[in-house]
Amino acid sequence: MRGVISAAGYVPYHRLDRSEITAFFGSGGGTGTRAVASYDEDTTTMGQAAADLALRSTHVEPEALWFATSAPAYLEKTNAAAIHAALRLDPTVGALDFGGAVRSGIGALRTALAGRGSTLVVAADTRDGLPTGADEAAAGDGAAAALVGDDSAAPVLAEYLGGASRTLEVTERWRTPEGTRSRNWEERFGTHVLGPAAADAWRAALANSGLDGADVDHLALAGLNSRAVASALKAIGVSAGILVDSLLDTVGNTAAAHPALLLCSALEQASPGETVAVVALVDGAEAVILRATDALADHRPVAPVSEQVAAGGSVSYGRFLTWRNMVDVEPPNRPPPNRPSSSAAHRRADWKYGFTGSRDRPSQMVHLPPARVSEKGGAVDDMDPAPMAHATGTVASFTVDRLAYSPSPPTVFAIVDFDGGGRAPLELTDVDAGEVHAGMRVVPTFRRLYTADDIHNYFWKARPVRSEPAVP
Amino acid sequence: MSSRGICDRVAVIGMGCTPFAEHWDLSLDDLIIDAAHAAYRSAGIAQDDIDAFWFGTSQSAASGLALAGPLKIKGKPVTRVENYCATGSEALRQACYAVASGAYDTAMALGAEKVKDGGYQGLNALPIPTDGTQRTLTAAAMFSLMLPVYADRYGVDPDELRYAAARIASKNHHNGARNPRAQFRREMSAEQICEMPAVAGMLSVFDCAGVADGAAAAIVCRAEDAHRWCPNPLYVKGLALVAGTGAGSLDPGYDYTTMPECAQAAAEAYAQAGVTEPRSQLALAEVHDCFTPTELVLMEDLGFSPRGTAWRDVLDGVFDLDGELPVNADGGLKSFGHPVGASGLRMLYEVWLQLRGEAPAERRIPDTGRTLGLTHNLGGYPGEIVSFVGIFGTGTGPPT
Repeated sequence: MRGVISAAGYVPYHRLDRSEITAFFGSGGGTGTRAVASYDEDTTTMGQAAADLALRSTHVEPEALWFATSAPAYLEKTNAAAIHAALRLDPTVGALDFGGAVRSGIGALRTALAGRGSTLVVAADTRDGLPTGADEAAAGDGAAAALVGDDSAAPVLAEYLGGASRTLEVTERWRTPEGTRSRNWEERFGTHVLGPAAADAWRAALANSGLDGADVDHLALAGLNSRAVASALKAIGVSAGILVDSLLDTVGNTAAAHPALLLCSALEQASPGETVAVVALVDGAEAVILRATDALADHRPVAPVSEQVAAGGSVSYGRFLTWRNMVDVEPPNRPPPNRPSSSAAHRRADWKYGFTGSRDRPSQMVHLPPARVSEKGGAVDDMDPAPMAHATGTVASFTVDRLAYSPSPPTVFAIVDFDGGGRAPLELTDVDAGEVHAGMRVVPTFRRLYTADDIHNYFWKARPVRSEPAVP
Repeated sequence: MSSRGICDRVAVIGMGCTPFAEHWDLSLDDLIIDAAHAAYRSAGIAQDDIDAFWFGTSQSAASGLALAGPLKIKGKPVTRVENYCATGSEALRQACYAVASGAYDTAMALGAEKVKDGGYQGLNALPIPTDGTQRTLTAAAMFSLMLPVYADRYGVDPDELRYAAARIASKNHHNGARNPRAQFRREMSAEQICEMPAVAGMLSVFDCAGVADGAAAAIVCRAEDAHRWCPNPLYVKGLALVAGTGAGSLDPGYDYTTMPECAQAAAEAYAQAGVTEPRSQLALAEVHDCFTPTELVLMEDLGFSPRGTAWRDVLDGVFDLDGELPVNADGGLKSFGHPVGASGLRMLYEVWLQLRGEAPAERRIPDTGRTLGLTHNLGGYPGEIVSFVGIFGTGTGPPT
């Protein structure tokens, strides 16, 4: 049996109230909220967050990692390699990027389901649009990950029954690599071509699965052309009652990540034996159909999508615009940081990406960053790796630095003491300076500190423990 | 442990100190020349009579060439040293030990920093290539960590503690207003400082030392030769330096209410000098008041106040110019600003003036008959510090 062994979504903490756009410009915006990646998040860090959540609920190690996004942090350099390093996967695990098409998210998932071996499929997107535009408001940022494999090592939560693809060469939505916004042909044209493609893919996937449309219990429909999505639903001819919440009112459309995010959401709602279908309208259509197994009953997501959607804190429209480089604000008059050294970063990849210190064998003292000589006792080269990415810590002391260079001042900074040993001075993120207090519980989170010379400087910060239970 | 010290074996026979200021019209070379020649005049010594030179600068230049060139020191050993913000004291320490070793009869330590050519306010770290995981907080923020934990540990009302910190700045500004070499010469009340917006933790800009250009120099010789040059030299009683391992950033046992490296350096210097009761034996102390919490905690680390009580002593005026133990009688880093390489020697310059009765009347410390002065100079941040403590006195023999 082959299918999804584990799956998790990641919805960034911040929410933009769409009415703020309308209030500011007198146009644009809308109702509800959209999820906003923080200034220190990108598709790589959000992908890592989703992948980490997915891997935490299983002991199965992936043999491959595929990463799909329409907003890659790098071209040429493999973004999946940073995710791979931050997950501390074995070097034998092949990490690959899918190209920059929105379609690559659902495409990677279907390819993994139809393939062999265990593959961690990660999709993430940050979505931009010019102020007041439809994309700015309707879009959302987020990520999802699914560990796909057979049930030899662990039971699958949902068995892959079948899938289908319909490919169209159609310039319906497009963006050049240097473009800051997507462009659309008239929406009605997209509806004309994508609706029938979705219905075709749906029928083919049902046939491959040996099912009838009435057998499907949960349908996740995704697509950036909302008119086409509505038309596809009509063409598919199922009851709107089986539709999985599109998350468009709360998270927004996360494009390449959205089909997998909705799949995670559907699996949180499905009962064993129920059938879940995902249909994505993008450059044609992709469809996959799965059936929840008995193992789903015992599965407890580390951070359910529903909880992440319900949590979250607001971000002002002004701050949103600066985070998305739509508005430049005056930075602190301090020199900007230097680019990190590639060779130094490579030597210390397990610290920088994996947040792994060292534990002195004689004294058991945890050293962050890892050290060769023990602070207690002075033993030399007698340490074991101390992975800290899943540790929970307590703020021992903190400060708010309004002078330091930051892409989004002020810098909130804390001395964090971890349960089980280890102290690290860490920047706090996803936090309001006013809510920080000594004793606050925090967990590490993989972030992009800054970018210099086009090199993204990734490292770990800490964020407050909120909806997510602390998993040791 | 066999740190024996060099008590009474080396004497300071001359000093020079430039005004500390935003010297837009003076170069590093100008500052070096002005400080060096002031020291030569002070000792009545010719440059050629100095056997070896130590040049302390943190970021303004590299190598002994940067001192030998502008001063035209020919055929002599010139060494550049760097030890964070304790760089000036490190230059002095090297010069003193070189003379004490018998290798040289005379030596000069000169510290200088040209900070204001950088184009940014504040001090900025050297761009050493790293893996990018080092924190990028300002020093102000790092030291601001100390106040909340201090308040919590000792049960001090945070507002009262904040006022005590502001009173330290106010005291130092009071003293600096009476010093023509100081950069900031305006008095500031603690109330004014408390009303200012916070820039890092509880700290306002006026809780932070300023930034300035400056240079200072000391000439040292064998103690037995001192009177050849100077009728009233200062004798080196103790020189201690402790570089931490960064333990405070690693060890959850460290609580940011103390700087252990400073306490260790003080204990070592006191032992060398035979000081047992610093609060009653020292005539004055010049300490590294880079930020107000630093001076507060130093009063305890240096043994002037019992743990948890320095804030009360500050409020009681113990460390005022006319107090029981004047601290930073010249105005400190607070009034002078902090040209990194020069500050440690600037501290010694005030001890040089005060103990020898040359400080002007408006900022002269009370005549208590005490003959010892202390300089304390640190670099780094709470949890990872390099700390210097020096004891100097007007006479030889054990303290009275």
